[in-house]
Amino acid sequence: MGNKMTGAEIFVKALEEEGVDTLFGYPGGALIPIYDEIFDADFKHILPHHEQGGIHAADGYARSTGKVGVTIATSGPGATNLVTGLATAYMDSVPLVAFTGQVPSHMLGTDAFQEADITGISMPITKYNYLVKDVNDLGSIIKEAFHIARTGRPGPVLIDIPKDVMVSKSDFDYSKPVDLRGYKPNYDGHPLQIKGAADRINQAEKPVIYAGGGVIISGAAQYLRELAEKAKIPVTTTLTGLGAFDEKSDLSLGMPGMHGSTEANLALSHADLIIAIGCRFDDRVTGKLEKFAQEADIIHIDIDPAEVGKRVAIDIPIVGDVKRILKKLNLRVEKKEANGWGNQIKEWKNVDNNNVKAVGVNGALSPRPVIEALSELTDGQAILATEVGQHQMWAAQFYQFSRPGQFLSSGGLGTMGYGLPAAIGAQVGNPDEPVFLLSGDGSIQMNIQELATIKKNKLPVKMIILNNKYLGMVRQWQDLFKDKRYAATCMSRQVDCPPKCKGPNDKCPEMVPDFIKLAESYGIKGEVLTEESEIIPALKRAIAEDGPYLIDCIIEREENVFPMVPPGGSLYEMILEEESE
Amino acid sequence: MKHTVSVLVANQSGVLARIASLFSRRGFNIESLSVGQTEKKDVSRITLVVDGDEKHLEQLTKQLNKQVIVYKVSNISNDPTVSRSMAFIKVKADYETRSEIIQIVDVFRGEIVDVANDSVMVEVTGDEGKINAMEELLEPYGIVELVRTGKIAMTRGKK
Ligand SMILES: Cc1ncc(C[n+]2csc(CCOP(=O)(O)OP(=O)(O)O)c2C)c(N)n1
Ligand SMILES: [Mg+2]
Repeated sequence: MGNKMTGAEIFVKALEEEGVDTLFGYPGGALIPIYDEIFDADFKHILPHHEQGGIHAADGYARSTGKVGVTIATSGPGATNLVTGLATAYMDSVPLVAFTGQVPSHMLGTDAFQEADITGISMPITKYNYLVKDVNDLGSIIKEAFHIARTGRPGPVLIDIPKDVMVSKSDFDYSKPVDLRGYKPNYDGHPLQIKGAADRINQAEKPVIYAGGGVIISGAAQYLRELAEKAKIPVTTTLTGLGAFDEKSDLSLGMPGMHGSTEANLALSHADLIIAIGCRFDDRVTGKLEKFAQEADIIHIDIDPAEVGKRVAIDIPIVGDVKRILKKLNLRVEKKEANGWGNQIKEWKNVDNNNVKAVGVNGALSPRPVIEALSELTDGQAILATEVGQHQMWAAQFYQFSRPGQFLSSGGLGTMGYGLPAAIGAQVGNPDEPVFLLSGDGSIQMNIQELATIKKNKLPVKMIILNNKYLGMVRQWQDLFKDKRYAATCMSRQVDCPPKCKGPNDKCPEMVPDFIKLAESYGIKGEVLTEESEIIPALKRAIAEDGPYLIDCIIEREENVFPMVPPGGSLYEMILEEESE
Repeated sequence: MKHTVSVLVANQSGVLARIASLFSRRGFNIESLSVGQTEKKDVSRITLVVDGDEKHLEQLTKQLNKQVIVYKVSNISNDPTVSRSMAFIKVKADYETRSEIIQIVDVFRGEIVDVANDSVMVEVTGDEGKINAMEELLEPYGIVELVRTGKIAMTRGKK
C-alpha cells in the first residue's frame, strides 16, 4: 500500500470499488473536503434541491435497479433532512447507504455550529449506522455498510463522518472480506420445513399465495410464477409486491387489504392455506387480526426471523432467502389442474369488476380511465412512481403491473413527497425506460422543488397529477366517518372561505398553484386534462415529448377509493361502493 | 412471567443506546439490566430481567438477534444458574438500635460498610428474594437511601 490517502479520497475510492455509478448529494460546510474529491470522481453526481429529494431519489434508483442507492448530505440540517427518507427506506427494506458530514471530532457533543447527533437520531430508522472516529476505519466501515445494506433483509445504513476524518490520512485496502460476528443472515431454508410446506401445499384445496416486496428484492418473481402456475395457486401481491406477479395472468388476484380487490380479500378469508412469501402481515393487509384468514394454515417464507410470528401465528415457518427456498420448494410441489377453487375465484373477480369504482360521476374526469389508458399505452411495462393517497391506491388497482421493480411507492411509511424524487432516481438509473409519476395535488407539493432537478438533468419523466384539489385520502375518511367535516383537507381553500365548508361548490376559489404555469417556470411543458375523450391523445403527447411533461388531470373532487375495508374491520367486510344519498 | 436473558454484545460505544432504543420503541419492559465486560475485552455481557409472556420474549429475542452488535442471546430462565444482585441500604441507627441492625445484617451475611452518627450503610449480596427480605427487616428502623444493581447471572457447569 504505502500510499496514504485522505478520508475524502478514501470515500471516493471506496464508492468506485463498490461500483457506484450515481451519487445523489447536497453539499455543505462539513462536506467541503469530500466534495473537492467528488469534483474529479468518475461517478455521476446528481444535485437535488432538498436533501429529502436526494435520499428519495436514491431510494427510487435502488428499487428500480436492484442496486444500492447512495446519498450524501452535510452535517446538522442536511443530516436531519434525511430522516424521512431513511425511515421510508427502512420500512420498505430498501438498500441505501447514506453519508453525512459531521463537525470535527474534537467538537462533537459541544453543540457546535451545524452539529446534530444523526447517529442517535437515525438509530431506530436504519438497519445500522456508524460514527467514524478514526480514518483508519473508514474504508472497512464503508465496505461493511454496503454489505449490510444489500444483504439479508436490505435496509438503509448511515455513515457519519467528522470533517477531520476527511482530511486525515490512512492506508487504503479494500480487499479484506467483511466478517461481522453479529451479522450472519440465514439464506437457506430448513430442508424439513421446505418438505413440510410442499406436503401441505400438495394437500391444499383452497390455497392462496400472498406475495410481498421480498419476492422482488430477492429476485424470485420467476420462481413465484412457476409455483403458482404449477400448482394452480392464485396470487395476491401487496403494495410493495406489485410487479412480482404479472397481473394479466388468470391467477392474479391483485392487491389485498384495505383497498384491495374483492377477490384477494375473499380468497384470503376463505383459503385453507396461505403461502406468505416475503411479506410481513401489515395491518393494512390483514384488517382485523383476530378475523384474518381464520380457516387457513399459514406457511411463511421470509429472510427476517423477527417477522415470522410477529403478528400472526405461523404453522410452517421457513426462514431464508425467498428465491433459494422457492427453487427447492417448487421441485416438491405437484402439478395440479384447474379446479373448483379457481372457479370460485373467477366468480369473485366478476363481482369486483362489476362493482368497481372510480368511474366518472356527473361527466367529470375520473381516475380509472386515466390509469387504465396509461397501463394500455405502456403495455403495463413502465416504471410508475406514486405519491401517497387515493391516487396511489388507484394506481395499485388499475395499472396492470407485470414486472419487478417497476412500481415505486412508499408502502410502509406512506410518505407524501416520495414519488417525484423517486421517479427522478428511477429515470437516472434507467435512462432508456419510460418513467411516469402518478401524483396527487397535495403530495406533489411536498417536494415540488425537484422539478428543477428534472429539468436540469434533462430527465424525460412524465408527471400526471390526479388533481381533486383535496388531500383526498384524508377527505375520504372524513366523508365516510366524520360526516363530511372536511377539516384542513381542501387544497383550494383560502382564508375567506366559509368556516365550516362541507364540500365543493361554484364559489370555490381557484386552485393554487397553477401546476402548468409552475412547470412552465421550470421550463417543463404540460397541459390540463378535463375530458375523458382527451385522455389518450394527452398521454400520447406526453410520451412523444422528448423531455419531461406534466399533465394536470382535473378529476371529480369527491370520488372515493373502493372497495374499502373500514379501519378495524375484517377483510370480508368490505364496503364495495358509495352509498347513494 | 419473569425471564432472565443473557446477551453477548460488542464492547463498543453506543451499544447500550442501541439496545435501550430497541426496547423503548418495541415496547419491551425491562425490570433490570446490568452490563459489564466479559473474559474477552471486546465482548460485553448484558443480563436482562424482563416481564412478559412467551410470545413477547420470542419477539424480544429475535429483535435483539437482528442487531449487528449482538452476538448471542440466551434465555437462561430455565437453566441451572447462579444469579446475584447487590444493594447498599443506608438505615437510621442510634445507640439503641445499632446492635439489632448488626445482628440482622449478620444473619444475612451482609456487611456494615460505613457508620455515621445516626445511620449505618449495609451491603448485601444475593438473589432478589434475599435482598427484598433484608429490606423488609430494616424498614422499621427507617431506610434513608437504597441502591441496588441489576442482576448478573451465569449458567452452571460447562458453557
Ligand atoms: C408526509 C405526510 N404527511 C401527511 C400524510 C397523511 N396523508 C395521507 S394521504 C394524504 C392526502 C394526500 O393528498 P394528495 O396528494 O392530493 O392525494 P389524493 O389522496 O388526493 O389522491 C395525507 C395528507 C402522509 N401520508 N404523509
Ligand atoms: Mg388530491
